[in-house]
Order: sequence, then C-alpha cells, then structure tokens
Amino acid sequence: MCLAVPGQVMQLDGTSARVKFHGVERVVQMDLVPEVKLGDWVLVHAGYAIQCMDEEEARETLALLAQIEGEMEEQSRAEAKP
Amino acid sequence: MSVQGTITLDHGEGGAATSRLVRDVFLRHLGGPEVLEDAAIVAGAERIALTTDTFVVRPSVFPGGDIGKLAVCGTVNDLAVMGAEPRYLSAGFILEEGLEIALLEQVVASMAATAAEACVRIVTGDTKVVARGEADGLYVNTSGVGVMPAGRTLSSASCEPGDAVLVSGSIGEHGTAVMVAREGFGMTGDFKSDCQPLGDLARALLAAAPGVRCMRDPTRGGLATTLVEIALASKVEIRLREETIPVRGAVRGACELLGLDPLYVACEGRLIAVVPADQADAALGALRSHPRGAGAASIGEVREGKGLVLDTRVGGLRPLIALEGAQLPRIC
Amino acid sequence: MSQPDLRERAERCYDKIAALVSGPVSLMEVCGTHTMAISRFGIRARVPETLRLLSGPGCPVCVTPASQIDHLMAMAREPGVIVTTFGDMLRVPGSKSSLEQERTRGSDIRVVYSPHDAMEIARAAPDRIVVFMGVGFETTSPTIAATMIKALAAGIGNFCVYPAFKVVPPAMDALVASGETRIDGFICPGHVSTIIGSAAYEPIARDRKVPCVVTGFEALDVLEGVILLLEQRAAGKAEVQVQYRRAVSPEGNRTALDILSRTFTPCDAAWRGIGVIPGTGLEPREEFLSMDARRRVQVEMPKDAVDLPAGCGCGEVMRGLKVPTECAMFGTACTPSRPIGPCMVSTEGACAAWYRYGRG
Repeated sequence: MCLAVPGQVMQLDGTSARVKFHGVERVVQMDLVPEVKLGDWVLVHAGYAIQCMDEEEARETLALLAQIEGEMEEQSRAEAKP
Repeated sequence: MSVQGTITLDHGEGGAATSRLVRDVFLRHLGGPEVLEDAAIVAGAERIALTTDTFVVRPSVFPGGDIGKLAVCGTVNDLAVMGAEPRYLSAGFILEEGLEIALLEQVVASMAATAAEACVRIVTGDTKVVARGEADGLYVNTSGVGVMPAGRTLSSASCEPGDAVLVSGSIGEHGTAVMVAREGFGMTGDFKSDCQPLGDLARALLAAAPGVRCMRDPTRGGLATTLVEIALASKVEIRLREETIPVRGAVRGACELLGLDPLYVACEGRLIAVVPADQADAALGALRSHPRGAGAASIGEVREGKGLVLDTRVGGLRPLIALEGAQLPRIC
Repeated sequence: MSQPDLRERAERCYDKIAALVSGPVSLMEVCGTHTMAISRFGIRARVPETLRLLSGPGCPVCVTPASQIDHLMAMAREPGVIVTTFGDMLRVPGSKSSLEQERTRGSDIRVVYSPHDAMEIARAAPDRIVVFMGVGFETTSPTIAATMIKALAAGIGNFCVYPAFKVVPPAMDALVASGETRIDGFICPGHVSTIIGSAAYEPIARDRKVPCVVTGFEALDVLEGVILLLEQRAAGKAEVQVQYRRAVSPEGNRTALDILSRTFTPCDAAWRGIGVIPGTGLEPREEFLSMDARRRVQVEMPKDAVDLPAGCGCGEVMRGLKVPTECAMFGTACTPSRPIGPCMVSTEGACAAWYRYGRG
C-alpha cells in the first residue's frame, strides 16, 4: 500500500512545515523526520514526512513521473492571457 | 438599488416581496421587459437545440467562478458542442431561507456577465424559496435554446478509424478547484476553475474544420468517461497517448497528493473534438489561436476496435472505463 | 528525463523480462499500490503470459475484518461520535453496510487526508468524541502513533483511534509457510520499507529461500524490480535487494520505529479472508489505552459478522491462489459500483485495480 509523494520544505515551524509539491503547498507534520532542514526534500504520506531525501533522489522520482511540466506551465500562462 | 439582508420565505410567496426581489436583483442584472408575461416570445429557427441542466455546486463561489457563471456556461456549452448557436436561456432558482441577498446578487450579476460574454440572453426565469435546512444555499436550473445551422449534424456515433482526438486545454481544473474550495485538505495553490462559455471556440473550430465528427464537454466523469461514451457510441477504439494529455502542475500535484486520477476530474470550459485526420492540423490551429483554446492538444486517435485505451508513458496499454462513483482521497 | 528516454528505457526492460522468463514464474506484489501501478501502467499486457504477477494481501482496508468495520459503524451510530477515516475505507463493505451507507443514514462520518486532520477536528469539537479508523501498514501506523503522542501531550482527550493496523513481514512469512501457493519472488512494498528498512526481509530470503526486491512505484521502478527478481531466480539466489534506493535504507526510519514502539505493542490480528496471523497486529500500550476507541466508546462489537459473503473469492485472491478474473463473481455480480468483496472496493484492492484498468 501507501502512496507517498516527494515535496520540498519551504517553511519550518517546530514539527510542522509547509511543503511544496508541484504547484501545491500543504502543511506537513515532521515528527518522523526530526533531522529535517529548510529546503530539504521529504517523502510525504498521510500528511506526515516519512523520510528525508536528497534533491537528486527526489528529482529522480519526479523525472520518472515524466512530467512535461515546463510545457504545461507555459500553456497555463498562455491561457491566462486575455 | 441593492437589496440588503437575507432571503425569507416571503420572497417566495409571489407577493410584493417577490416582486421587489425580481425587480431589484434579477431584472436589474439580467434585464427584461417592462411588463413581465408568463412566457418569453423569441425569434425561432427551423431546427433548434434544447437542453437543461441543474447546478448544485458547493461552495457557491469558488476560484475562477461561481454557481451563476457555471449555470450559464454549462448550458451554453451543451448547446455549443452540439454545433448549435446558443441564443436564449431560462433561469430557475431554488433559494434557501436565510441566504444572503448579497450572495444571490453576486451570482446573478455573474450570470449576466457570462451571458453577455457568451452572447446569449436570459429571457425567462423563476424563483422558489424553501425553508432553512431544506436546501443548501441556492440551486440554479438553466435551460437553453440554440439555433441549429442547416445541414449541421454532429454525433458521438459518427467517429471513424483514423480520426484525431483533440482537447481544447488542460484537464481537471474545475473539479480540482471546487474540491479544494470545498474540502480544503489543507492545500493551497494555483487552483482556478476552467469554467468558460465555449460558443465562440466551437464556432471557430467548425469554421476551420467543417468535417468535425463530434464535440463534447467533459464535465462530470472527466475526459475519460466522456471518451468512453464516444468510443461506445461509434463502436470504435479511442487510443490516447498519455504524455500528450495536458494536465497543469497544480492539478497534477493535488491529484497525486490525494490519490486521484485527473483523467476523471471534471472540466467546465474544455471541449473534446473528434476530427477527420486531414482536418486535424487546421482544427488544432484554430483551437490554439483562440484565447479559450490556447492550451489545446492532439491527444489520441480513433482506431478499429472497442473502448478507450491509454498508451501509457512507458508503452503499456491500460483500458479505461467510465467513472464508478466519486473519486475519494486515498492513502493507498 | 525526456519522454522518449522513458519509453526507450521501458522497452529495454520489457525485452529483458521476456528474455529472462522461460517457464511459469509467479511474483507476488505484497503492496496494493504496486497492484495499482502494474494495472495503471498497463504492464501485464507487455510481459510474457507465463509471468504471473499475483496480488498479495497488500491492501490494508481489504484485509480489515468485517467485524471491525461493523464495530466502527456501531460506534458511528452513537450520539456525539464523529468517525474520521481515510477515503480508502469509506466504501469497504462490512457485514451488511459500509461507512458510506451509514453516512447517508445520518452518522457523522468524515474523510480526512491525514490523522493529524482528525486530531484537529477533535480539538475543534471538544464536546464530541472523534474516532479515527486506524488502518494501515508500517508506513501509516507511525503517522497515527505520532498523532496520538501529540494528542496526549496537548490534552485532546476526545481523540481516539480504532486500532486495525497490520504488520507486513510476518504476514509474508505466513503466506510462504502455508505452502498454498508458489511464490518465486516478492516485490516488497516500497514505502513500508522506508519505515522498517530492507533488512526486515532478510529472514524470508534466507530461511524461506524466496528472493525479495524492495521496489518503487513508478513504472520503471516496477519493471526494474521484476528484472532483479528474475535475475536472482536465474542465478539460483534468494537475497534481499533494494531497487527503490532513493527512499529505502537497510535500517529504515529509526525515529518512526521508536514512535511506533512507544505507542503500540504487537498482537495477533485477523486478516479478512485469510484468518488470524500471529504477531501481525498492533495494540496501544498502557499509556495510550485511554485513546483506544474500543475503550473510549462503550459499544459492543456486533457478534453476527460475516467476514466474506458466500462465493466471494477475495480470500483466495489475497493469498495468491487466484487472480481476480478467476473469481466467478468478478465483473458480473461484483463490480466497483456494486462491490461484494472488499478487494473490489479500494482503488488499490486487487479486483478493483483489475476491473478498472483491465487485466493488462
């Protein structure tokens, strides 16, 4: 079982943090990864970080998701134009 | 003059309070004749398209729209994707006692603005008020009449092997924006409903590619459910290429976090078009050069066979079925 | 990585797999998210037919006994109780009903994304009792343990947990020991292993001689995991390997394991369709007994539970004896909109995944 998604810690406040996943941010609990630092990548399951990852490891997962993110963001900007 | 306060049962009794509400909220925004008759008389045509839809979205206001804008777009788009020219709408309201009139007014103003944008007129309407707790805020029903140009027939049953499948922009925007606005799940991000009227986009597409087999707007059930219906109606296989399907980062992020599949998340401002291969480039060009279709993409093709199949980004083949019940956030 | 690279790498994997499979091979994906990934990426259609990818008991909501679901629903009917749950659990049938059906009858049942959100609901509603349905394997149980520790510290006394957790390695061992089905290799669960570490599978590889590969959840991860298992088999080895190195270490997450053992202690557990497997459950330690929903909400567990309806093949599917299509009710009497067995419900339930995404 168990979906877990990598995200980056943008703000750290005690045991809770704001974590960024693609275009989404969410508060994530850090109780299980006390070593976490601002800017770290974490693997998130059910609102808790379950593991710190280095950036390269996280990016490997994101690369396997094979997202054509750049292109998508361009499109959304194009659509936002009047 | 703006009306203050909240909706009371009196607003639904047909007396002076009703008249004031109609005059100060509905007619003020939507316009109308001096004397209100029991029916609107409008110009007709040999063939008309007629559709109806009821809107119960929660919350009533969400990023990128509200229930009023949605109620106009939903009905206009159902006409537009049939190839009809949307002309007239009716609007029926069920209001819960205690509803803030300011909110009602915001919704009605938004309907007026969207109707103007879509070049349709709201020519008739109705209001009922129910006791507190018997409805959730407000519900809107719109029916729409469109004129069918002579000789135009679009049908989900007319797709042929070799046809191209196009979508006019990134998918899942509306469903994600509404879900985040309603449930929150603690997420923030760039969520915005794609809710928009598609009459002019459909017109531009049909002008550039008159052979269009069918158009659909993938609302409830999302892209996948709508394409399953088309494949079934035309007795063909539709094969999608996964990496060509436009999904914006925020939508993908939210779906990944919650374990949802964007292929099944509703759009309210996108159209799917199935186009003969020799008109596919012209059709895609027409969509992309229109502001409402700037993110259009060619996402697959029609083949001999059955059902909807996704050619996954690792070359696997995944049959897609219609949505079975609402998607739930999951951890597995 | 650009898209063509991904497709090319996948094609090379398919070729390698085809070359490595000479006769019948059965690999079991213990984890439902793998079942889901294999179906979602359409992998079955691209590997030799003699390679059977069996779904194990890896969907934690599917293996939750009907009696516990019935018990939770009885709690939800109590005045003042709010039941909170992951969305996965909402449609899983108990003996007669599901949480979703109970909600339509007026019970206050809410879907949450995180146990922390359930605790916040309790904090905001001090006059209600908030029960969180504690399902999950070792990936999830530490998140719930951490929430319980915080709730205790914050004095949120109206938050409690229904403990229905499961522990994975002893269940894998029991499956092999039963000898019921041939398992030539385990595709070990990636995120469970993030917590428990890959070393946890050493006894299975060493003593039971079954190769174990801890595998990630993207398509290439799964393909690479399958290749590693087939290579071990070809070389006559049975070892623990980690394909999913970016998230899994041999020792796991010590902090999470400490939090888990501070809060819970092992117990025997009933697995739906399988039976009791010793040492595969978790129950709260003394200090956390006040947060055990079974104590906090004084409702008897209904005694008339029917674990699986007659004719349901979920038990066989979860023990690897059948693939979903071999169940007589699959796709006819039992579909995701009218599920009979639990595996047809959760998106990662084997039957639901097979139905939704086809056999391929």
